[in-house]
Amino acid sequence: MGILEVKNVGKRFGGLQALGDVNLSVAERTVHAIIGPNGAGKSTLLNCLVGKLIPDTGSVMFDGQSVLGRRPHEINQMGISRVFQTPEIFGDLSVLENMMIPCFAKRDGAFELNAISSVMSQKDVVERARHMLDEMNMADKQGMHASSLSRGDKRRLEIGMCLSQEPRLLLLDEPTAGMARADTNNTIDLLKQISEERDITIAIIEHDMHVVFSLAERITVLAQGTPLVEDTPDNIKGHPKVREAYLGETQTAA
Amino acid sequence: MFGLTKRDTTLLLVVAVLTIFAPFILNPFPEGSAMAQFNAGYPDLMQRLVIFGIFAIGFNILFGLTGYLSFGHAAFLGVGSYAAIWMMKLLTMNVIPAIMISVLVAGLFSLLVGWISLRRSGIYFSILTLAFAQMSYSLAYSVLTPITGGETGLQPKVNDPRILDAALTEGQNPRANLFGLEMGTSYEMAVGGWIFTFNAGYYIAAIVMLLAFYLSIRIFRSPFGMMLRAVKSNQQRLNYTGLNAKPYTLAAFVISGMYAGLAGGLLVAMDTQVGAERMFWTASGEVVLMTILGGAGTLIGPVLGAGFIKYMENIVSKINKTVLEQWFAFMPDGIEDFFITIVYPFVGKGWHLTLGLLFMMVVIFLPGGLVQGGQKVAGLFKRKKPVDDKPDGKTTPAE
Repeated sequence: MGILEVKNVGKRFGGLQALGDVNLSVAERTVHAIIGPNGAGKSTLLNCLVGKLIPDTGSVMFDGQSVLGRRPHEINQMGISRVFQTPEIFGDLSVLENMMIPCFAKRDGAFELNAISSVMSQKDVVERARHMLDEMNMADKQGMHASSLSRGDKRRLEIGMCLSQEPRLLLLDEPTAGMARADTNNTIDLLKQISEERDITIAIIEHDMHVVFSLAERITVLAQGTPLVEDTPDNIKGHPKVREAYLGETQTAA
Repeated sequence: MFGLTKRDTTLLLVVAVLTIFAPFILNPFPEGSAMAQFNAGYPDLMQRLVIFGIFAIGFNILFGLTGYLSFGHAAFLGVGSYAAIWMMKLLTMNVIPAIMISVLVAGLFSLLVGWISLRRSGIYFSILTLAFAQMSYSLAYSVLTPITGGETGLQPKVNDPRILDAALTEGQNPRANLFGLEMGTSYEMAVGGWIFTFNAGYYIAAIVMLLAFYLSIRIFRSPFGMMLRAVKSNQQRLNYTGLNAKPYTLAAFVISGMYAGLAGGLLVAMDTQVGAERMFWTASGEVVLMTILGGAGTLIGPVLGAGFIKYMENIVSKINKTVLEQWFAFMPDGIEDFFITIVYPFVGKGWHLTLGLLFMMVVIFLPGGLVQGGQKVAGLFKRKKPVDDKPDGKTTPAE
């Protein structure tokens, strides 16, 4: 059984059936990609996993526990961290502060009224945040305003923030969208390194086939709200159903 | 010192020195001179300066850090005032229980209001708080008259129970005191043409303000303060980082409500009467103006803003036509009348017009408030200085 088990999940927005009947199993310590054309329901599925949306039908189990009905911060505390399509960081805070917040969340839980002692006196958290910035090769930027970072650095910081919580499952929503080629390759290398060095499962939603085939061990193809196939990258490449979903039914392109 | 960084300690000490020497600083002009009306060193105004400073410091913890704009904080000030005056009627004229109960009651009331209002954010949150404050105001005027005194308001009477105090004889007035030291006690010092007034009530309020200011520095620099800034910066990221924004914002709301209650209790301690107009929405709006004018999210800004607005309210509003005629008396008649006509709408009852113009200029040119203005001025001076004091070129990292 996988660490993430999605069973018969359906979600309808008014007249639109965004997700039909999705079954998905993500095995522990793998990199699992979910691909599909625009409007296939990838983002809807992701939002159902992190508590932003509640599916109409079906169940989502993480490590044997249901995530349905739990709020985003509760799901995060269970061990699921999410990286957004556009980097979501605390732009008004310094890079070090950005890294300290997930460290506090890891240490103190969802709420702690720690209003008298100064931030810098929390040595363990400061230490941890600095160490994490080191690992992300961002130690020299710790005093900067996070909003003044480059796009690639913002992405690095966001991934680092997620990793500092030591999540068991890392969800990435098109992590290289809108990135230059060099930044994309850096991100791929970073993710590869993470999946090799850490005890972590990665689920990734991606448009860019280069990214998908460089990283993924399993691929699920989603079209019109239902999974078409699930297989290894090599088998997906030539799969007729996948070509059909991406290129249209008839072979007019030829 | 005091668990603060060097910079914060300096700031605290500067504020402490300014408040201690305020009777001198605010009275720069000799008695009887033409400028004497710009003197603000009289007890009533000095007390208001520090009390509204407390109100604004508390408001800034909510608005400056989390960005949640409450339009109903005067309700907490009012509730605190009513609680304090009832303590004075029932228990004792000593200000300590009155102030403590005002903080407690305002805290409980803000817990209720915050718990409901924080279900929404942005403009809807503001409207909810405004609705609560206006409801409190209307209730105080109508159905709650037995508790609030309605239109007449409340003040301590000779025949109130006051179980801890000795009974007063007819003709004696109940006076607010701190273990016998009456709030109205003043010592006047005449130096040359100057008269400096040292008032017991002012110094008690000033000490409370310094404590409130110190506490707010600690909150700003704490992990809790950092979380509040994170709420303002990106609430979505905060939620997806395993942190629950709601209790953080609610705690900030209650803390700022308690500050407002403290200010309300002190107002009663200094001037033992309460009316419902204290809760009117303009009073809530005033603390928003104070915070933005001074610099929301900065430590000292709200205190500056509060001082500025209270000073204008009391000083600029006192300038009337006779005063203007004195000022421009040296000019030829026609020009004198012209100047008086131009200036008159901006002073006296028209002081709001001056305040409004200033507020617009600050928001447009100095979005960071008076504090940003100060920093700009300081920056001008720094640039002129040669860089010889720091040969290694090291700069202190931002906190």
